[in-house]
Amino acid sequence: MITLLEARGITKRFGGLTALSDVSLTIRKGEVYGLIGPNGAGKTTFFNVLTGAYVPDGGELVFNGTELPSGKPHQVVEAGIARTFQNIRLFRDMTALENVMAGHHIRSRANPFAILLQTRQAREEERLITERAYELLRYVGIERFADTVSKNLSYGDQRRLEIARALATEPQLLALDEPAAGMNATETAKLRELVQTIRHDGVTVLLIEHDVKLVMGLCDRLAVLDFGKKIAEDVPAEVQKNDAVISAYLGGHGNHKAGAAA
Amino acid sequence: MHELALAIPWLGKRNPAAARGVVILLAVAAPLIAMLFGKTWVRILDFAMLYVMLAIGLNLVVGFAGLLDLGYIAFYAVGAYTFAFLASPQFELHLPFWLVLPLGAGCAALAGIVLGLPTLRLRGDYLAIVTLGFGEIVRIFLNNLNQPINITNGPQGINMIDPLVLFGWDVSKPLKIGEEITVNSLFQYYYIFLAFVALSVVLVQRLQVSRVGRAWAAIRDDELAAKAIGINTRNMKLLAFSLGATFGGVSGGLFAAFQGFVSPESFSLMESIAVLTMIVFGGMGNLAGVIVGALALTALPEVLRYVAIPVQQALFDKVILDPEVLRMLLLSLAMIFMMLLRPAGLIPAYSRYSRPELVVGKEGGK
Repeated sequence: MITLLEARGITKRFGGLTALSDVSLTIRKGEVYGLIGPNGAGKTTFFNVLTGAYVPDGGELVFNGTELPSGKPHQVVEAGIARTFQNIRLFRDMTALENVMAGHHIRSRANPFAILLQTRQAREEERLITERAYELLRYVGIERFADTVSKNLSYGDQRRLEIARALATEPQLLALDEPAAGMNATETAKLRELVQTIRHDGVTVLLIEHDVKLVMGLCDRLAVLDFGKKIAEDVPAEVQKNDAVISAYLGGHGNHKAGAAA
Repeated sequence: MHELALAIPWLGKRNPAAARGVVILLAVAAPLIAMLFGKTWVRILDFAMLYVMLAIGLNLVVGFAGLLDLGYIAFYAVGAYTFAFLASPQFELHLPFWLVLPLGAGCAALAGIVLGLPTLRLRGDYLAIVTLGFGEIVRIFLNNLNQPINITNGPQGINMIDPLVLFGWDVSKPLKIGEEITVNSLFQYYYIFLAFVALSVVLVQRLQVSRVGRAWAAIRDDELAAKAIGINTRNMKLLAFSLGATFGGVSGGLFAAFQGFVSPESFSLMESIAVLTMIVFGGMGNLAGVIVGALALTALPEVLRYVAIPVQQALFDKVILDPEVLRMLLLSLAMIFMMLLRPAGLIPAYSRYSRPELVVGKEGGK
């Protein structure tokens, strides 16, 4: 298995609070990797460090053999990591199609002069972007809403649109932040299918999720975070048996909580 | 223009081709109609065209990229003064317009970047305050740079600016066509300004439906998400500021040539607010709305000026309310009613950052 992403000793502090402490993990090419943990465990913070939204206080991220720039989200996207948000963040006033087309930004090249002159290249690129955007909408199953302004889409469709927009950046690693949050059982089942299709098509998936059933069924391997520390990293069956994980979720011995209060 | 045509009530949707014809006819015939009411009205129409250009440029910054700019008139000033410096007795320079106008636009674009760089992290109210300050700084500089060395001639402004001379065609002189017809310079200016406006509309529309337009809209709608899909928000914002400023600069250069005189008082905060009011009134983010807003709010106060005085004199034998006072009052009232009745402006914006018809088999039916 080829390593796609390696996080080495990532640490992130907010004032006195250590949100991530020395977190290391390895994501392999082609797998669905889960990141779970109780509320406040640091999952989203890890996401934000990974995608360049936060600059970590320590550690490094190696993606495809090269170190990722920290604090420069657009370079991270260019390197091939795309993300979605826990609370959906679409471009509300743009149509579904335009949202996906905006996602192509980093993979298109037309400069303002070419656009003003409408060079043949610029026009051809625009046509290609439009075409690909339709393909992606079809891929996630919301092509019929292409011309709908995104804020008017249903919740589940907004989630799908956000995934389509992330895919438009042509990522190697797709990072989904609680994609099933607020979804009903049918929508979750459809989402699971979609994630499997995406993985099948060669995109590695990093999944933060609360829905344990979904995570256990979908992920090849997972890491468990608790109070900013990685307490387990293994295949789902092993993680389920892990004592530290069980106590973290059920509040077992309480030693972790004591650590956070300090 | 297509959007303007669509905005015509009733006809626009039923017969777009006819509506388009109406728009072109109106644009071409406008000065002739204005002439019926007197030469002054043609002059007002010329100014209206300059305001339309300003509104188009400001709309690019505020409407598309969502960057609230209260100092936009500064770019108009930069364009106007660049023209004044390079084509007037001030420095004994009389460069041709095809050099001066692009230079003015370039200087304005540069000023846009100067304003953009320190304000990259600011949004909304904070950005508005800084841009407001920027606009005032430019005006105060122009007002005071007459000593120790005289550059701007201070509050007196710069006089005797060269008129537009397009490759030997002096626009400020009546144009003789054959024996019978002479075209007044105000008409000539109108058609030149109209050409600039038309070009601006085409260029801005091209930008809007492109990766750049979509990136701006993305930043406007959600800056964090825009970053997360790989948009270099810093560059895109600077691009918006500088391109928006370019339109202001061109408009300013034309203003200087048309008026023959520039002084700092033409570039006050009230002017920035007036332009912003035009785009809010017309429909921020919608080109047709912005154009209609600029035309309406330039013409309305003038109508008032010519109606209010005679009416008051007829009724009370004297002028009780100065038209200038009435102007602000009625503008404010217009804004209040607009916000109450049509909060998105006269012609509300709709999402138009793509052209689905580019893909075979898709209807562009938006």
